[in-house]
Amino acid sequence: MKGKAWKFGNDIDTDIIIPGRYLIYTDEKTLAEHCMEGLDPEFNKKVKKGDFIVGGTNFGCGSSREHAPIALKGAGIVAVIAESFARIFYRNATNLGLPLLEAPGISEVISNGEEIKVDLEKGIISSESGKEYEFKKLPPFMLEILENGGLIEYLKNKRG
Amino acid sequence: MSHTMSEKILRKSSKNYDAEAGDIVMANIDVAMTHDLTGPLSVQSFEKIGTKKVWDNSKIVIPFDHQVPADSIDSANNHIIMRKFVKEQEIENFYDVNAGVCHQILPEMGHVVPGEVIVGTDSHTCTHGALGAFATGIGSTDMAMVFSEGQLWFKIPETNRFNITGKLKENVYAKDVILNIIGQMGADGSTYKSCEFAGDTVSNMNISDRMVLSNMAIEMGGKTGLIEPDQKTIDYVEKRSNKSYEIFKTDLDAPSLELIDIDVSNLEPQIACPHNVDNVKPVSEVDIEIDQVFLGSCTNGRIDDLRDAAKILKGNKIAKGTRMLVIPASREVYEKALDENLIKIFVEAGALVSAPCCGPCLGGHTGLIGPGEVSLSTSNRNFKGRQGSPEGEVYLSSAAVAAASAITGRISLPQS
Repeated sequence: MKGKAWKFGNDIDTDIIIPGRYLIYTDEKTLAEHCMEGLDPEFNKKVKKGDFIVGGTNFGCGSSREHAPIALKGAGIVAVIAESFARIFYRNATNLGLPLLEAPGISEVISNGEEIKVDLEKGIISSESGKEYEFKKLPPFMLEILENGGLIEYLKNKRG
Repeated sequence: MSHTMSEKILRKSSKNYDAEAGDIVMANIDVAMTHDLTGPLSVQSFEKIGTKKVWDNSKIVIPFDHQVPADSIDSANNHIIMRKFVKEQEIENFYDVNAGVCHQILPEMGHVVPGEVIVGTDSHTCTHGALGAFATGIGSTDMAMVFSEGQLWFKIPETNRFNITGKLKENVYAKDVILNIIGQMGADGSTYKSCEFAGDTVSNMNISDRMVLSNMAIEMGGKTGLIEPDQKTIDYVEKRSNKSYEIFKTDLDAPSLELIDIDVSNLEPQIACPHNVDNVKPVSEVDIEIDQVFLGSCTNGRIDDLRDAAKILKGNKIAKGTRMLVIPASREVYEKALDENLIKIFVEAGALVSAPCCGPCLGGHTGLIGPGEVSLSTSNRNFKGRQGSPEGEVYLSSAAVAAASAITGRISLPQS
């Protein structure tokens, strides 16, 4: 995975990721149009498929809305890297096939807007500026859920 | 070996009596709740799994509360999806647009008893910990799994037990206690952990006040907000439910327990300032003009809150230039407020009283604020854009501070 890093601060809540007034929609495209709009109304226009979000601590705090990871995926985000994650968001994103990488200290390694490469299997994030960060690799079953595109697809494929 | 309430409940529900904090268990679910806003995604995911019938149609509860009555064709469509699901799956516990907020309905209608595992596609499901149930918020895909299998995996959490002591001063409420605790712990202070509220202050609280504490455990990252059942809990539950229940208590020497002492005897009314719930200050330090006051929600929309506010508003008028919205949390609360003439007090003071629903709490349905406007709300979140415009501001307080501020048009302390 290779793409641009979009940096955000601490406590990025689910109302920032997708405001409550859009929860009546369930389709990825509509939700993506409003992704992160509270902080950056132009975010959806600027972000490209394959990009990453690099967050601070407690990323995804707040509501249990699965619309949040759906909106991020729809906007083209392929993984969220953060100092730490809120619990329900972590579960929801994994269930929907969006990798979340817990990486304490990452805010100091990656600059906003730089190209980064993420190797999920090796557990390495490398930046354009030549810096490398090793993160705790995801367990095999979680990688398998992510490779299948989420929990439901994983279960369906397992059942055959 | 000593254990916490969370460990005991999850050991029982997974029938894994060796498990303790840190272990992952597959728990049997006693109650699964979804509502009109996160329900459609749950139904879509359930249909993708391909299971024909839900695991147990008597254990699923579906209240409509977020977009009621429907405010757009899209929300009407979501309601249609959910009503169809209820009919097809013969869901026994369905509450249409006239019932109230999910976290009020579940305990009121007897769906919550001590010792159960309760999941809901709403992060404030932790409210039900006030009755001694392990209750937590989950996403729609997890709910689809529950609908299909009746089980869900959990990592048994460690526990932060808040030992709250001291008599609350006049005009200081459960909301001030929990805001103060969240301010001290931070928005992620209890992430992945179970919060427990104990001590003589909690023992002296009624069930309604205890729900305020449990409701906001999620605002410091808590997986649930448990309170050990006592006679008050038993009286509440037995009046409302015929389900059997089991009472679990925490062993104070449990290795997974961290005890945090909180003395509230000198606590003043508290307020959470924009844009984080942990940005908490004493009300006396905040003097801001407000455009809107919202009294309601699963945090503070109960009859006790309405009584506290009505006492202050009686014979007064809401300040010119300020608007106040009062939304009882359920039909039962609404009827009581009518019987006690509280609704009349609100209307005469100039407030708008609406039918039970989530209202402006999540900024999706009614009573939104515009750019530059300030809302003082008795709800649980003040995130940027939470109640409408991202250029608006939301402050969080008790019902008493909300009522006092509605009269002055500024954030104000209730007069003694």
